Amino acid sequence: MAELEELYREIILDHYRSPRNKGELASPPALRAEGFNPLCGDEVVVTVDVNGGVITDIKIGGQGCSISQSSASMMSASVKGKSVEDAQATIAIFKSLMSVHEAQLEVSDASPEEQPIDLKALGELAALQGVVKFPVRIKCATLSWNTLIQALGDLPS
Amino acid sequence: MSKTFDVAKIKKDFPLLERTVHDRPIIYLDSGASSLQPHVVIDAMSHYYATTHANVHRGVYSTAEEATILFERSRQVVGAFLGAVHPAEEIVFTKNTTESINLLANSWGATNLGPGDAVVLSIMEHHANIVPWQMLSARLGFEIRWITVDSEGFLILDDLDALLEGAKLLSITAMSNVLGTINPIRELAARAHAAGALIHVDGAQSVPHLGTNVVADDLDFLSFSGHKVLGPTGIGVLWGRRELLAAMPPFLGGGGMILDVKTDGFLAADPPQRFEAGTPPIAEAIGLSEAIRYIDTIGIDEIRSHELHLTTTALDALAGRFGDSLTVHGPGPGAHRGGVISFTLEGVHAHDMAQILDSVGVCVRPGHHCAKPLMRFLGVPATARASFGLYNDEHDIEVLLEGIDQAAKLFT
Ligand SMILES: Cc1ncc(COP(=O)(O)O)c(C=O)c1O
Repeated sequence: MAELEELYREIILDHYRSPRNKGELASPPALRAEGFNPLCGDEVVVTVDVNGGVITDIKIGGQGCSISQSSASMMSASVKGKSVEDAQATIAIFKSLMSVHEAQLEVSDASPEEQPIDLKALGELAALQGVVKFPVRIKCATLSWNTLIQALGDLPS
Repeated sequence: MSKTFDVAKIKKDFPLLERTVHDRPIIYLDSGASSLQPHVVIDAMSHYYATTHANVHRGVYSTAEEATILFERSRQVVGAFLGAVHPAEEIVFTKNTTESINLLANSWGATNLGPGDAVVLSIMEHHANIVPWQMLSARLGFEIRWITVDSEGFLILDDLDALLEGAKLLSITAMSNVLGTINPIRELAARAHAAGALIHVDGAQSVPHLGTNVVADDLDFLSFSGHKVLGPTGIGVLWGRRELLAAMPPFLGGGGMILDVKTDGFLAADPPQRFEAGTPPIAEAIGLSEAIRYIDTIGIDEIRSHELHLTTTALDALAGRFGDSLTVHGPGPGAHRGGVISFTLEGVHAHDMAQILDSVGVCVRPGHHCAKPLMRFLGVPATARASFGLYNDEHDIEVLLEGIDQAAKLFT
């Protein structure tokens, strides 16, 4: 089944088998948030160190399916070292990728009013676009992202 | 009367099995979550709507009377299926098992439990038989005690008498929806009674697959859901011994549950109407009784031996094909287990397993199966669960194995 291959791309399986930034930072000082997917029992703990407006370190704890774990791993790799502002921009692009209608991914014939998602800006995270065809799994892919938003929400503004 | 069990013929009775998913025939292995419905159930409900529908217990016109008769007759059919002595008074129609237990907790529980009292549950309970007691305990301050399980998934009953000491209720499932363990309900009832406690049995998993006899087992209360017993959603049953129900206050208030209402108060009706506020699930009751008639024509014992055969076949095949890389959470093959197989394959999360199985048409359920205390106790975050119904056959098991094979290949 082609859709299944699109879902389980090699890069996703790679992040699942060897998750990056696994563990938990001491909190405090790290910001910390927990996320749950009651549907399948996935749990994620995101801890982030923010210094001078930059995400200097991030670790992901918890357990879950290949989609939630690889998404968390890729997220950690993509926001580490970024300014909070840039990280938030990435979060916004990723979340729009997950809420997009499948048709919008076919960039070539997207109508001018529909903003095509900037897949290039997402780098390897774009590999997760196959998830959109499996609506139940979108929650798996976004779990760690929502948890990161929650953790960053604790930043004094 | 000897009955032959013809699975090919039975499959034809279930229209949903004619459909395909991803261009493959559907292989339905999620009867533990909800069963499929045979034509006769669907037809009985649409026939009722097309020819008879009216509100019950109210009108004097012909269809209203016919609807009432059909609805009340359903109580008799359900009662007979459970071996109840006084179905007309003892069968309460609810929305599902969950509502039955909430009714029990808020009516019997709220009048009988307080500080210093205890309710005994087991760690293998579905959330439906945990949370209502926790909510009530937070209000009334009684204690909840837990029977645990051993490494095979059997209840540890050595210290049961100590747990039951001073307890007012043992509320326990007859069969685990995760492990498949069948609990010794008759023994549990005897020991609860010896300790002066009542017993409520969560029959959501057992009633559809094992024979039930509330009198032979000497039970006090029993709950189950229509949608797991080949019937429709939206209907459940609480059976209670007549004298116990008669002493219980109403749960929900409204029309249908009163004898009289004045500005300064109301007089509650007798059971079961006392517990059936508002317009009841009439078509669903008719559908449920048709489901039970269907089961009766095949025979619950025949269904049980067919499902036991499938379970044993599947457990042996899984062990043979996947060896130690696949763990079944629950007892090994035998008469002490039902057709629920929870498993984990090394390196493959249950959610991914279920996704890959779906691609070959197999419906199984991933997750914690609404039994988080048990999952925590076992130390497994999630399992994939295949569960059998009378319409499954050995071919279904082969496709299940084929799907697990694919998952193993993809992830290793
Ligand atoms: C043992 C057990 N109890 C209770 C329930 C809850 O049933 P319902 O959702 O129909 O109320 C289930 C269903 O999953 C179950 O397996």
